[in-house]
Amino acid sequence: MPKDYSFEKRKYIIGGVAVAIIALYIVRIFTLQLLSDDYRQRADSNAFRKEVLFPARGQISDRNGFLMVYNEPSYNITVVMQDQHGIDTLDFCQTVGITREEYIARMADIKDSEKHPNYSRNTPQLFMSQIPATEFSKIREKLFRFNGFAAEKRTVRCYAGPWAAHVLGDVGEVSQADIDSDSYYKSGDYIGKLGIERSYEKVLRGEKGKRIMLRDVHGRTKGHYQDGKYDVAPVAGRNLTLGMDIELQKLAERLLEGKLGAIVAIEPSTGEILCMASSPTYDPRKMVGRDRGKHHLELADDPMRPLLNRAIMGCYPPGSTFKTSQGLIGLQEGAIQPNTAFPCAHGFNYKGLHLGCHGHASPMPIIPALGTSCNAFFCWNLMRMFGNRAKYPTVQDAMTRWKDHLVRMGFGYKLGIDLPGEKRGMIPNAAYYDKAYKGSWNALTVISISIGQGEVTATPLQIANLCATIANRGYYYIPHVVRSIQGEHIDTLYTRRHYTMVDEQWYAYIVAGMRKAVVGGTCSGANIPGYEVCGKTGTAQNRGADHSAFMGFAPMDKPRIAVAVYVENGGFGAHFGVPLGKLIMEQYLNGKLSEASLRQAEDFQNKRINYGTRVR
Amino acid sequence: MREKSVNPIFRIDVWVLLIYFLLLFFGWVSLCGASHNIGDVDFLSWDSRTGKQLAWIGCAIGLGSVIMMIEDRYYEILADVFYWFMVILLFITPFIAHDVKGSRSWLPLGPVSLQPAEFAKCATALVLAKLINQYGFTLNKWQNLLRAAIVVLIPLVLIIMQKETGSALVYCSFSLMFYREGMPGCILFCAVAAVLYFVVGIGYSLTPLPGTLGDVGEFAVLNIIWIFVVGMIKIYLPRQPEHVSRLSLIGLGVNVLAWSFSALIAPFDISWALLGFNAFVAAYLGWMWAGQRLSQWFLIFLFSIGSIGFLYLSDFALNNVLKGYQRTRVCVLLGIEEDRDAAYNVNQSKIAIGSGGLMGKGFMNGTQTKLDYVPEQDTDFIFCTVGEEEGFVGASAVLLLFLALILRLLFLAERQATVFGRVFGYCVLSILLFHVFINIGMVTGLAPVIGIPLPFFSYGGSSLWGFTFLLFIFLRIDAGRKRR
Repeated sequence: MPKDYSFEKRKYIIGGVAVAIIALYIVRIFTLQLLSDDYRQRADSNAFRKEVLFPARGQISDRNGFLMVYNEPSYNITVVMQDQHGIDTLDFCQTVGITREEYIARMADIKDSEKHPNYSRNTPQLFMSQIPATEFSKIREKLFRFNGFAAEKRTVRCYAGPWAAHVLGDVGEVSQADIDSDSYYKSGDYIGKLGIERSYEKVLRGEKGKRIMLRDVHGRTKGHYQDGKYDVAPVAGRNLTLGMDIELQKLAERLLEGKLGAIVAIEPSTGEILCMASSPTYDPRKMVGRDRGKHHLELADDPMRPLLNRAIMGCYPPGSTFKTSQGLIGLQEGAIQPNTAFPCAHGFNYKGLHLGCHGHASPMPIIPALGTSCNAFFCWNLMRMFGNRAKYPTVQDAMTRWKDHLVRMGFGYKLGIDLPGEKRGMIPNAAYYDKAYKGSWNALTVISISIGQGEVTATPLQIANLCATIANRGYYYIPHVVRSIQGEHIDTLYTRRHYTMVDEQWYAYIVAGMRKAVVGGTCSGANIPGYEVCGKTGTAQNRGADHSAFMGFAPMDKPRIAVAVYVENGGFGAHFGVPLGKLIMEQYLNGKLSEASLRQAEDFQNKRINYGTRVR
Repeated sequence: MREKSVNPIFRIDVWVLLIYFLLLFFGWVSLCGASHNIGDVDFLSWDSRTGKQLAWIGCAIGLGSVIMMIEDRYYEILADVFYWFMVILLFITPFIAHDVKGSRSWLPLGPVSLQPAEFAKCATALVLAKLINQYGFTLNKWQNLLRAAIVVLIPLVLIIMQKETGSALVYCSFSLMFYREGMPGCILFCAVAAVLYFVVGIGYSLTPLPGTLGDVGEFAVLNIIWIFVVGMIKIYLPRQPEHVSRLSLIGLGVNVLAWSFSALIAPFDISWALLGFNAFVAAYLGWMWAGQRLSQWFLIFLFSIGSIGFLYLSDFALNNVLKGYQRTRVCVLLGIEEDRDAAYNVNQSKIAIGSGGLMGKGFMNGTQTKLDYVPEQDTDFIFCTVGEEEGFVGASAVLLLFLALILRLLFLAERQATVFGRVFGYCVLSILLFHVFINIGMVTGLAPVIGIPLPFFSYGGSSLWGFTFLLFIFLRIDAGRKRR
């Protein structure tokens, strides 16, 4: 047994134990508090409920202030899986109007990690979307009974009428690709899918706001975090005003009923689109709400392809409307003089090649040649230009020069309209023919391009733009549908003049030729009393019946409207193109149609072209 | 000679007093943070817990003043009366107490309730001090140790009967004072060894040992036992080193051979081999005792047998004696069971402390505590509020304040002229240390969730008054020490 009875040294051991314990705990809280951010994040995810405040999407009106697209409240039902327990499933299904099977399928779908990689048990997940206010009122009364379910107020797009679907486009739920490419979007958000809804998405959508709410252990909201210091109010989307005239648009859509084709009208002095119709069309009001997917599928499967905006996506041979550009190039390049006349013996004959024409006086210079749409004249015109070895060392050089002219007139490339999906059309270049004919080709080989046939294609928008260029005597503005963004000016891209490579003086002859066509040529049907209308028909050959085309502008001086009409398989330009173009111009210039024109419009609205049964 | 002119209040130890007031102040501030909800709360209102606590604090200070004014010799004289009064009170409490969360320990007194268990500590400490103060009483005699143990065990058993296991465990802290007063260190060593066997044996009982059919827990404990035994032979029988090397060699050989056989030839549970070896060691010890008749051999033999018995009994006790929730708490702590409810409290508590960072979220800005994520946040888990709102700086300051108090009490206890004063001082600091050790360990996930309050911080009058009694009686004894 130890002899020392005082055991005094043991005080150091006891003191040491106390120091060791406190030191251990200081190390412990050090590791908890300072070595990892994990606990802070977990505390935040416990306590904060980040709520997104959705802005109202911008509204869209026509040039006269007619409200075309606006918003109405709709409701989404969300579910937090963690809190969703002990609910009466049957009662819930009856309340929201779904079957038990749909409920189970939807729940499984939400949890599917492949479809929703960001799925979390603690955050609200979209259960049902876009419930109209009328239906929601009866759900609202009972929703509180179902743990974990909540409603969030959203808006749904509303359209004034079944018009301008291709221009307006629509909104739909974001795809995973949208979420991946822009962190602004979260699952269940809406995004413009087509038309200006898509091209002006960033303007229309506004900015989402957020508020951080505190939530206690029972999931109850306990007010704003830091009295709302970190909350951000949503910024409403900006409203758009279109250059479109709704009355003109309605008329254009009526006239195209039962036909395939497009009508595009441009205000030459600004480049604003006055109307843009594509047929067949669809009712944009069907493309909202829960049935959007179903309707979209129906339209996508329709062999007439109603989703295609033919005005900017249809690439057609421009036919004789193209001759105006050929005259301009010929005059500018010195291939012809204003008084140069070419013979036409029912067509163009050279080295055994015959390209037919209809009967008219011969020979004649450019103005009457345009008026009567003489094929031979423009063939000779191209022959002269392409054969001028003094000016162009090779035919390739001439071709390049020709192509450059057309590109500067807006052909061959996208014009850059503020709508998605525009096509560029086709203007062949020397390399193209070198490849096609293995380097051995000449003007005669490609002669059909001179009358807007062969390899040349253009969209109705490009044809309308050519017309606007002529109306302006040498320049155009990039056509655009949006006139102003909530009072602000639009992008300077659309307010800059684009000059062609043709001098203004040569335009006088082309304008005169187009005037001649109306007063005593191929498109006398385009005459509108009181206005000097200029026009040019087009009859484009293709595998089926000819396409009927027309472009025209009015008045001749200080033009207010330039229009292009293209009706697939409509026969001669005078059959459909001319009367439709005339009605459009008359409506816009006078603000209404005359009695006779109203009857004519009704006639054309009821005319049907038989396209057979297309199968895709 | 007695000096009546000097009021003992002026002779009070100012350091302890200062730390006491600082802890009360920080405790009340933390309580404000913990009980603050969204919206304005009047901290001084009697309806709020902070208001009530302020009243408790006021009463505690008044109590302290009264204690300081009583002649110190009365504490020694009245210790037995106080003790037996508390024993009777503890005995009758379960019969008249109402049921609070399964425990019957709250004595209703008009508008408030008191927990006699909190005051019984003080009574027990006084009686122990008086007992050990007897002339010639030393704790290294077995009969003396037994008498002291009985004094501790009576209230301990009564408190267990109230189903307040946490408060009962506090009585274990007296062993630290016993150690200071001469209890053989081997008893403390046995206690540490028992905890080690338990934690390792149960904690790793489900981890398979590679290459064998056994588990890591049993294997490791059986190895620890014979290594302890060999160590004890080396320390207590320094003149017989041949046994140390012999047993170590055989032990290593058994490990290597059994493991190789299991891994290479036929897998089996090699714990059996080690159990056999331990049995051999016990027999060896017994044989040596029989030969040499040295009591050291007998005691080491007892340790060896006791250790093996404890290992298998603890496993049995865990599965058959402990109640479901107790078993779960132990298993969750040892990391062998994932229980949502039991793990939830500790988890949320760790989140609260961990999210505080260096400087904390600021007074009343703690989201975990404010939004009720931490259960019992104003009583047992009050330290979460400190960690969350005041950060590492505030939390370690509080810990250092407790350490300062304990070390100061240690210093004061050692300067007492009487054994009575010293023993009582050690009782106070041991109880304080045990509370801090268990409470902070619990909220930081290092100790099991045993519901005992953090002194001066946790809401409630009984705990605060209990500690005030302990602290001020000792301060009174200390203030009177020079007159003897």
